[in-house]
Formats: sequence, structure tokens, C-alpha cells
Amino acid sequence: MTALSLKNLDIFYGRTQITQAINLEIQEGESFALVGESGSGKSTVLKAIAGLAPEWTGSITAFGKPRGHGIDQNFSKTCQMVFQDPYGSLHPRKTVDAILSEPLSIHGIGNQNERVEDVLISVGLDRKFRFRFPHQLSGGQRQRVAIARALVLQPKLLLLDEPTSALDVSVQAEILNLLKRLRREQNLTFLMVTHNLPVVSFLCDRLAVMRHGRIVETADVAQLKQGALIEPYSRELIDISATHAT
Amino acid sequence: MANVQSWLTDDSPDSRLQARLIRLYRISGALARNPLAAVGAVIILMLILTAIFAPIVATHDPLLQDLTKRLLRPSSAHWMGTDELGRDIWSRVVFGARITLVIVVLVAVLAAPAGLLIGAVAGYFGGWVDRLLMGITDIFLSMPKLILALALVAALGPGIENAIIAIAITSWPGYARISRAETMTFRNSEFIAAIRLQGASAFRVILGHVLPLCTSSMIVRVTLDMAGIILTAAGLGFIGLGAQPPLPEWGAMIARGRSFILDQWWVATMPGFAIIAVSLGFCFLGDGLRDVLDPKSGENH
Amino acid sequence: MSHPLLAVENLRVTFPTSRGPMDVVRGISFSLGRERLGIVGESGSGKSMTGRSILKLIRSPGTVTADRLDFDGIDLLKQTEKAMRAIRGARISMVMQDPKFSLNPVMTVGEQIAEALITHQRLARREVRERVHAMLESVRISDPQRVAKLYPHEVSGGMGQRVMIAMMLIPEPDLLIADEPTSALDVSVQAQVLDIIDDLVRRKGMGLIFISHDLNLVSSYCDRILVMNSGRVVEECKAGELRGATHPYTRALISAVPRLNETRDELPVLDRSAWADQ
Repeated sequence: MTALSLKNLDIFYGRTQITQAINLEIQEGESFALVGESGSGKSTVLKAIAGLAPEWTGSITAFGKPRGHGIDQNFSKTCQMVFQDPYGSLHPRKTVDAILSEPLSIHGIGNQNERVEDVLISVGLDRKFRFRFPHQLSGGQRQRVAIARALVLQPKLLLLDEPTSALDVSVQAEILNLLKRLRREQNLTFLMVTHNLPVVSFLCDRLAVMRHGRIVETADVAQLKQGALIEPYSRELIDISATHAT
Repeated sequence: MANVQSWLTDDSPDSRLQARLIRLYRISGALARNPLAAVGAVIILMLILTAIFAPIVATHDPLLQDLTKRLLRPSSAHWMGTDELGRDIWSRVVFGARITLVIVVLVAVLAAPAGLLIGAVAGYFGGWVDRLLMGITDIFLSMPKLILALALVAALGPGIENAIIAIAITSWPGYARISRAETMTFRNSEFIAAIRLQGASAFRVILGHVLPLCTSSMIVRVTLDMAGIILTAAGLGFIGLGAQPPLPEWGAMIARGRSFILDQWWVATMPGFAIIAVSLGFCFLGDGLRDVLDPKSGENH
Repeated sequence: MSHPLLAVENLRVTFPTSRGPMDVVRGISFSLGRERLGIVGESGSGKSMTGRSILKLIRSPGTVTADRLDFDGIDLLKQTEKAMRAIRGARISMVMQDPKFSLNPVMTVGEQIAEALITHQRLARREVRERVHAMLESVRISDPQRVAKLYPHEVSGGMGQRVMIAMMLIPEPDLLIADEPTSALDVSVQAQVLDIIDDLVRRKGMGLIFISHDLNLVSSYCDRILVMNSGRVVEECKAGELRGATHPYTRALISAVPRLNETRDELPVLDRSAWADQ
């Protein structure tokens, strides 16, 4: 089944057009990356899918159901998002327990205690963290809580906005491993936005390169690994990435 | 005792209640370490205790007149002397603490939540809701506080209840502005986006997520404002529009002592000292709270 | 030169915390000639504190102690604040991470660069303007007259960082400390900015301390590398010899980074207990 289908998506912010004619299809269980530099519009695509950027034309369809423009309560059980900044994505005055229980309360889901404990285990957080506040957690731990929050409603599609770029190298490795494992265990579909090509190589099956609001190329990650992308801009990105490697 | 101590400093709390109590404990500890704030807290505590135990702390009946004992100097029998009707000033100041406390608490309870909510709603929604609410707020803000209070009391009639209502109506706009400004700083932050994405209604977001973040600055502002509220109430009492005689309201007492301030200075200045002390107490406490609760000075609270 | 440009011995930076004094830099030693030294570490390693302590930018309640902190023969530990002000900018400069936060938002770009210059030299206004334009050109800003009149929010991130570099290098210091100079920038712009730093440092024969969390980046642009962890230097090697690093932390750091041609199913994770002594 097609998990996500974007057709001719033009996203606007006021009078500015951020993206042009985005066309994308992601199959269920696939891990897809949107790659590009800042200003390419990739994060805006995620926001439009989530409902945080409601001014768009075209169509967004998830698991066969077309999507409205704003935030949809039902959609929130199918699709959730993990944000980039572990320091900004958790409410500073709420304990981890409160952050994880609230979505369950909103949707009237019982057995909250059990669900919270389960999700904490699945992201590798010991129960001693359950009643801490965000400022008492490290960056990696906060990001685990953010992932737990996204998973507590058991969505099928996960939107990831540069989930590891604000983390230290060693912590990034842990979180990437965690994401890979979770995807396998829960058969999740990933749509990840990043500028980091090696992360795409580790975590994703296919990718699309975006530039100035358009998709420049779509390819298999296998091609990326061999440096065999076609478009000159894509090759430029690979070159820059390669100069970083020792 | 040691057990309670370790429970309150536990790194890994076992429940939400414990986590909140730990946070409160840390805040009060930080507050206690600030000398001015500690002084302020002590003064306010004394105000509260004096008000509660007024009948015990006072030496005489505040309303009992004795024209043979008019305008006596402060002495061991009358610690602050007597006023022009022979009433003991110390007892009147003590019972006046009750009036002051009632005024201050009621104004805070009426004005602060209203201002907080209006500001948060305006800041969260933006657009025409914001403009409408801020327009109303601006109308109230553009009038001088004391004049507006005067006008309201003149319209409603003198008396302490109307004074409280009048002061509350002039105070809420300031709180609305603060709460709106605070809300706007994090309205677009990721944690708000995250809870919206989970299907939270605007009601839940504002009540559960926005308001808790505005309360710190609100607490500080209200505490600092209390001094002003006391002075405004005293001002209204001074003009005769606040508490009516024979109630021992401090402002009214100063007004009456005005005419003989040169020879019998204690009649006007004793209640004046009380006002100064309590205002200072609130200012120190408010400053201390700001240092402790200000998110920029330490995320640790 | 008989003495190194910078000599640091047993540098210790301590901050008081509610649990007692905490050392964020624990007695590190290194020296620097007119070469490029990279200091690599993750957050909390103490690398930024090291950079700041050289410029004596660490204010109380933090304390800085060292057996030796010499810059070009000058004992920095003994310098008064007034003397340090004469050194900062003129002889040692620092480029920081995010131009959004390090440039004054209410002054134009040209004014800020000019200020950096006239703080240390008295010059006629026209000559200041010419030097500012020349400096903007040397950081590859092609339209210096126009850019000098812009405000920081009107320029892009990459350009803002180049302005920062211009500001820091216009007084022609001997030592440049760059603290994560490209972390806030796009990948494509990073290379440009680093090339500019590299070029200027080489041309003027300056010393460079490049502080970063990115091991690969540092090894491309430096001669020598120090790897820091928890306030200590765990590895010191030449940039080209990074592959042969011996300390387990360095090796773990190198292998934890995903590669473009990634074939591993799982990334190796650091076992922090191996060297943590907190």
C-alpha cells in the first residue's frame, strides 16, 4: 500500500511560494529521505503533511485517505513528527510522564500507565527518567523522549525533521541505531528531512534531492552509495559530503 | 527529617507530585539564599500573621474612643500613641493589616487571572482576536490608574468593596500585556507544534501548555504590583473614597492625621511606616522571585 | 622565533556548582607555533572553554588557573583586564559560531568592521573606509561598498560569518581562535568559509586554533589535532595520522560517524564507562 502520496504540491507562506510541483510516492514500510540545503523547502513539505503549513494546493494522501489542510485529530493517530531541536521540542514545565501521557488523554486511550512504560522501554529509557523535567535530561535522552512521544499513539508514518543534526556524534549514532531498530520492529514508514547524506545512507531506502523548492532528482540509496546520482546539483552535494570524510 | 530531605532532592522522582514538590523545594531554597528576598518574605509573613492574629496582637479595641485620652504620645501604654478620638493607633494599625491584606489579595485574585487569560488568548490566536482584545486592553491602559479608580468609585459609591473592584479593573490590562508578550515568544516553538500535532484543542493548549509558562512572570509582576495596589488603596482612602470611617484603613488614617502632623506627628506617620514596610516587603520579595523564576537566569527551575 | 606563539601548561577551568566545584578543563597542556591546531570534542569536552580561557573571557564565578599561559612571550595570567583588552582583537582574535548572535543587530556591517579597526589604531576616516572595503573583498564579498551599508539581518548566514571573519582579522592579529565557525552554516557554504580562513591564515602567517565537534572537518584544515573528552586531552596527533589514532575514544568517534557508502547495519556506540571518571 502507498503510505504517502504527494501530487503537485505547491506550498505557500503568505505570498511567497516555498515549493513547486512536488510529486512523491512512498510505500508502506519504506524509509524515504528528502535531502537539500536550508531554503530548499524540505522542512516545509513535512510541515504541510503534518498540517502545520496549511496554505497549499495539490494533494496529500496518506494510506489512501486524502488529507485536509490543517491539523486533523484523526490523522494524528496515523502520522506523527519528531522535531530537530531536542532542547526546544519538549515543554520545559512538564515531566516526561506528562509529555507521554497527554496524547493518550487527548484521544481517550486508557491503560496509560502501561503504554507509557512500554514506550519508554522501546526507546531505551530507564524508568528512573519518567518523572524528570526536560532540563534534567541530556540531549540524547531528550530526543529519545521526543521519539517516544511520537510513537505513543502508535502511528504508521513518522516524519523526521533532521532528528540528529543537533546531537553529538556519539549520541547521533545511538539515536540512528534506535530509529533503525524501531522501524524494523514496528514496520514504520519514515519520511526524513536531512542535509546529511551519510545518515541517509545508513537509514533510508530512497531519497529525493530538493533545491529551491523543487525536487531535482529521485533515486535509490544504492545509487547514492556508489556516488551515481545523475543531476549536477546532486553530484555537487555528494562531492561536498565526500570532502568531509577522511 | 533526613528522609524528607533526601526525598526532596531525589534525582529520579517516582511520581508527578514528587517532581513538582522537588521543584518547589528548589525554588524556595534559592529564594531563601537571596537576603533581600528573605527579608521581604519575612515582612509579608509578619503581615499575614498580624492580620490573622490581630485580636491577640492588638492591645486595645481599635474602635473604642476615649476622648480623655486624645492625641497621646507613644508610650508603654499606647505603643504608637492615640489619635484625635482617643483610639489606640497600634491596635488600629494592626487591624488595618487585615484590610490591607484583603484588598491586596482580592485585587490580585480578580485581576491577575483575567489579565493572564486574556493576554494568553490574544497572544496565541493572533490575528483579529489579538487586535480586538488588545484594543480593549489599550483603552483601559490609556487611562491613568488612579483617575479611573476614582471615577469608578465615585460612580459605584465609596466603600472598600468598590475600591477593590475599581483597582482590579485598572490592574488587569498590565497583566494581559505581559501574558501576551510571553505567549508570543513561544507560540511558534516546537513543543507547542508537537502538542497541536497530537490533536490538542486550542483550549487544552492554552490552559495546559501556554498558561503554565506565563505564570512565572505573572507571579513576579503581581508581587511587585502589590506595593502599588496598597498605595492606590491608601490614596483612595486618603481622599475618603476607599474604606469608610471608622474602619482603620491605613490611608484613611494618614488623611485624618494630616491636620496635626506637625505637633502630633505619630498619628499620620505610624500608618505611613506600616505602608512603607509592607510595600518594601512586596518589592523585595518580587525582585527575589524574579531572580529565581526568570528562565534566562537559570533553566534549573 | 625562540618561543612558541602560544604555550599552555596545566590549564584548569573550574566552575562552582551546587554539588561542589566542577572542573570543565582538567589540566591540559599544549603549544602552538605559526601553524593550524584543531581541538576536537563533543559538547561538555571543554574545548570552547579552552579557547575562551586563552583570551581570559571566562568571568567569575568561573576560575582559570594554569602553570603557564604564554602568548608570544607575554604571560597572559599576569595581564590586567586593561592589558588584555589591548591584546584581544589586535593580537588574538576569536570567530564564533553563529553570526546571528555575534554581530550587533543595530550597527551596519561596515560600522562593526570599522569599529574593530579603530579600537586599536587611530586612522583617518577615509583610510578606515578603504581598509574595510579591502577586507570585505579579501573575504570574497564582491560588492563591498553595498554590503558595508547592510545590517546583519540583511545578509545570509554565510556572508554574516565572512563579515565576522573580516571583523576579526582586520586588525591583523597573530593568533586566530575559531570556535565552531561553520557549524551554523549550510554544508556548501562551510567549505567556502573555511577556505577563506585557511587562505588568510596562511597568507598572514597566523596561528590558528580551530575548535569543532567535526573530526573530519578539522583534519582537512589543520596540521595537528587535539582530541578532548571530559576536560582532558586524550589524543594528540598530526592531521594526516588520524587513521592511526590510538585512544579508544578517538577510534570510537571516528567509527561512529556514518559514511556515504554505509554498509553497516548498526553504528558502533561509545562505551562511556571506559574512560568516564565522574
